Amino acid sequence: MAFSNEQLERYSRHMILDEVGVKGQKKIMKGRALIIGAGGLGAPAALYLAASGVGVIGIADADAVDLSNLQRQVIHTTPDVGKPKVESARETMQAINPDVEVRTHKFFVTADNISSLIADYDFVIDGTDNFPAKFLINDACVISKKPFSHAGIIRFQGQLMTWVPGEGPCYRCLFNNPPPPDAVPTCRQAGVIGAMAGVIGCLQAMEAIKFFTGAGKLLTGSLLTYNALSMDFRKIKLARRPGCAVCGENPSITKPFDYAAPVCEGITI
Amino acid sequence: MNLIVAGARKEYEDGLSVAELIVIENVETPMYVSVSVNDEFIKSGEFETTIMKENDNVEFLYFMGGGE
Ligand SMILES: [Zn+2]
Repeated sequence: MAFSNEQLERYSRHMILDEVGVKGQKKIMKGRALIIGAGGLGAPAALYLAASGVGVIGIADADAVDLSNLQRQVIHTTPDVGKPKVESARETMQAINPDVEVRTHKFFVTADNISSLIADYDFVIDGTDNFPAKFLINDACVISKKPFSHAGIIRFQGQLMTWVPGEGPCYRCLFNNPPPPDAVPTCRQAGVIGAMAGVIGCLQAMEAIKFFTGAGKLLTGSLLTYNALSMDFRKIKLARRPGCAVCGENPSITKPFDYAAPVCEGITI
Repeated sequence: MNLIVAGARKEYEDGLSVAELIVIENVETPMYVSVSVNDEFIKSGEFETTIMKENDNVEFLYFMGGGE
């Protein structure tokens, strides 16, 4: 693969980096990333992955853009209200960088479709907003040995962790099972500062780029937490739970399954 | 006894259990918090019986479901 003059210029700030270089940029351009959820986390992740030149970017979401999304979902603009999020996201990504192939998946992930969906990608970004989806993505990725970035945000706080086969705990090691509906606050009830989605979604994009290029060390074996009010970033070292139901020694979960969607919320990815 | 709780070293009374520490630290949604001591997870059924020792490193992990 030879670079065009336009590509040499577009990616020059990457290629000048020792950790990326021409080789690393080629790896990025061969990379295939799937972003599940074109919302607060998925928006900045999709923007930076597109700008970086990731070869194929999949984006899965069944929702349409709502006015209340625009406070943080920076890939969508005011004229996009009412449009399917995957369409709005694709238009913005291709305007930033026509080099990348954007694949839209206009559905919510379920136990029936998730395994075949993630099979076409090298790295998955969980940008969903509910626990059933986060556990489903974790289980499917662990079972399929698919590296992924987990993240969650609420109010002025966010956290993320990367999982790669054989390295560190999975999301289920940390939390076992989803909490009952409404047992812990959601962004809809508790709010979230818009820039929090930007900070954490960009960190997820950073992990994808590091995964593709091999630069540095991925956020496996640790949960990174960020509190914007105290401005504390903390990296909490964690070990696998040997009894984990999906990545443990005797897993009881051997294929993805759906938890019941919370009725009051109306499930969005 | 000295413990490191969420990264901060503080003095606590001896013989404290994980369950008692959760109360003292005023942990949010205590029913749904995950606890690791010295990088190992404590089963929620063992919060009452797990007793802290000098210099234990305790972390509380909270559900964060947002992303949309
Ligand atoms: Zn696990």
